[in-house]
Amino acid sequence: MNISSNTEKPIFIQIAEQIEDNIFTGVFKEEEKIPSTNEISTLLNINPHTVLKGMNILVEENIIYKRRGLGMFVKEGAVEQIRQKRKSMFYENYIQTLIKEADKLNMSKEQIVSLIEKGIDELRKE
Amino acid sequence: MNSISVKNVSKRFKNTLALDNISFNIEHGKIHGLLGRNGAGKSTLINIISNRIFADSGDITIDDETVVENNKMHDKIYCMSESNYYPNYKVINIFKWTNEFYDCFDFDKALNISKQFGLNVNKKLKNLSTGYNSIFKLVIALSLNTPYVIFDEPVLGLDANHRELFYKLLIEDYEKNGRTVIIATHLIEEVANLIEDVIIIDKGKLLLQSSIEDLMMEGYTVSGTKQDVEKYCIDENVIGYDEIAGMKIAYVMGYIKDDKLNDRLHISSINLQKLFVKLTDNGGV
Repeated sequence: MNISSNTEKPIFIQIAEQIEDNIFTGVFKEEEKIPSTNEISTLLNINPHTVLKGMNILVEENIIYKRRGLGMFVKEGAVEQIRQKRKSMFYENYIQTLIKEADKLNMSKEQIVSLIEKGIDELRKE
Repeated sequence: MNSISVKNVSKRFKNTLALDNISFNIEHGKIHGLLGRNGAGKSTLINIISNRIFADSGDITIDDETVVENNKMHDKIYCMSESNYYPNYKVINIFKWTNEFYDCFDFDKALNISKQFGLNVNKKLKNLSTGYNSIFKLVIALSLNTPYVIFDEPVLGLDANHRELFYKLLIEDYEKNGRTVIIATHLIEEVANLIEDVIIIDKGKLLLQSSIEDLMMEGYTVSGTKQDVEKYCIDENVIGYDEIAGMKIAYVMGYIKDDKLNDRLHISSINLQKLFVKLTDNGGV
């Protein structure tokens, strides 16, 4: 995990995103324990309250849950849930940014579409 | 109420007004940052809070009791400061006496932390290097379980590994014992994510007290051409400017005014250190 103080994003959002990313890529597995607030805060020199605030976002989204006295665990089905969430954000996070940049560069609709097709051909090998 | 309350405190040294009618509250159970430039009055304030010197006027209370000549404060607050009082004594002997004088001193913990830092407890204080001198004081502050603890320049002379170790031990201690921690430091970037609340003093006055989260949300930079930035900044609370070539950067406090933005202006966040520098930039005290 790597937290930056120089981005727009508040630290607790960065914490939530990085834990989520680690769950999605399988570093923290479903029904397994994630690091404690103490472990994360001492690793990154971040206030434990900030770390907890980040974790609580994921609790509210049903991605992790608290086992009393044991710590935070990844919920069963969390990976699928993150996948759905990211799919629904795909348009907002990637397509909109792409079109805005293309507009600045005065690119036509045909140019954009052809570049997307080129990307799919080159990057998707299967 | 569980807190440190500073009310209308003033202190003068000969011709210098070190503290000028300063008032604020320090909430219990949080890590607070006390920031100020050299000569801002931080150490004077800390010394008054820990009853080492007296204020000319005003009151300081901890958990609603005065700190002045109050024996109960002995077990309430500990302040790690810059001065050394016993240069000719060995570290281990000072640990032993601290153990005699304080009920809340954890002797084994002191030995354990010394070991982690590689502090030779058989050395006399005057023979310790600058770094180990700080470490010696940190060990005592971390091993005394008072509800309030003040660290004055805790990492002075410490190498990067020892600084990391200190922050780690501090967080562990904070999580375990729920102490109220006040850190006075010039190394702002290092504590920026560690502290929850910040108090900035300048020329003996309180400049600002805020939660870090609010402060980070309120401060931002606007950059672009000189004309664009200057136009945006009309009626805004600008705390400073930088200029490089034709680009102007303004540091602004308040909310981002979307209706004044255009495509050429760039908004980004401001970090605590930059904010501090711009707020206190007046060519030195």
